[in-house]
Amino acid sequence: MIWEVFRQERKGQPFQHAGSVAAPEAEFARAYAHEQYGRRGESAALWVVARDAILDVEDFVDELGRNYHRVDGYSLKEKLKEARERAGTAVDR
Amino acid sequence: MTAREQEFLEYVQSGGQVETHDWMPDEYRQRLIKFIEMHGNSELMGVLPEREWILRAPTLQRKLALTAKVQDEVGHAQLIYRVVEDLGKPREQCLADLVSGKSKFHNVFHYPTYTWGDVGVIAWLVDAAAIISQKALLKCSYAPYARIMKKICWEESFHILHGRDVILTLVNGTGTQRELVQEALDRWWTPLMHFHGNPIEATDDPMVVWRIKSQANEEARQQFLEGYVPQIWELGLTVPDPKLRRSDEGVWEYTEPDWDELRAVVTGHGPKTAERLDFRRLNLEETAWVRNAVLAEAA
Repeated sequence: MIWEVFRQERKGQPFQHAGSVAAPEAEFARAYAHEQYGRRGESAALWVVARDAILDVEDFVDELGRNYHRVDGYSLKEKLKEARERAGTAVDR
Repeated sequence: MTAREQEFLEYVQSGGQVETHDWMPDEYRQRLIKFIEMHGNSELMGVLPEREWILRAPTLQRKLALTAKVQDEVGHAQLIYRVVEDLGKPREQCLADLVSGKSKFHNVFHYPTYTWGDVGVIAWLVDAAAIISQKALLKCSYAPYARIMKKICWEESFHILHGRDVILTLVNGTGTQRELVQEALDRWWTPLMHFHGNPIEATDDPMVVWRIKSQANEEARQQFLEGYVPQIWELGLTVPDPKLRRSDEGVWEYTEPDWDELRAVVTGHGPKTAERLDFRRLNLEETAWVRNAVLAEAA
């Protein structure tokens, strides 16, 4: 059985994929992951997850090029400039 | 090459990375398996020359450091064989092919060790040469391999300190201790020059073409010479190559190593090849009960 190991370097940081271990059951997986990815205090915590339990999602397609739900959909610079000029608040920078 | 293969090739050449379940051309998969398996074999065989010195280490501190290093390298082998397994070749098969002599391991692990000076030179310079190759693998197009290389490079970085510490202690010691280092350096220089392989052009090297490796062999060797020859010289040691010099353009010139020797050694005709494979075979048989017990427990 294959177990994926995710490693957190310091408390508060994200868990990142580090590698995998082969182990017949959870207890062995815990011991192997501990030995491979934590024996020098290089990890604050590990997530050891049976590979079969991971849902793989990869189908990210944006056929319609929708940008109204992303920051790159909003270019305010020109509009703000015009608005300031109209309001008489434009300053030379 | 089909259009799909061509597209894949362009993808990896432009820096794209590949995951385990992505589609990949069969040639790419086969080359990955062969290369990564050889790396795993080398980690596993590389501990044998060092293991011979655990009982003979000069101090308790050195004994502990050497034992820890052996553990690290067997750990690297486990991680690397895991990557090979995901590409389709089971670990048991890798081990069987290793002990039968079907697959290869790195040239430097086919040679004998005579003194503690050899242990120092291996831990310093062989590891230095290895780190240069391994750092280049951090950019490997096959992402799962590149990811575990992070941990491996991190551990190698203090192995090399351990090696340098052994060497510095010896050169600061008695005349005899100094001689041990010089004699070991004389023995290891040729294998070290062989280490990065024959100077095949990057464009002719399929490993570079598929971006499994990101540097050409000669580039790696130049990097090794540039980094370490000055460090050897500053200790008052002599490199056993009268032609070795750095040209005004910054290129290292050296006596062409005997490439036939490299070919012979890596195809199983090194001075210690048979003995070390026998030991590995015996070890595999003796530990079979552990694997059986663990797997039976789970079944």
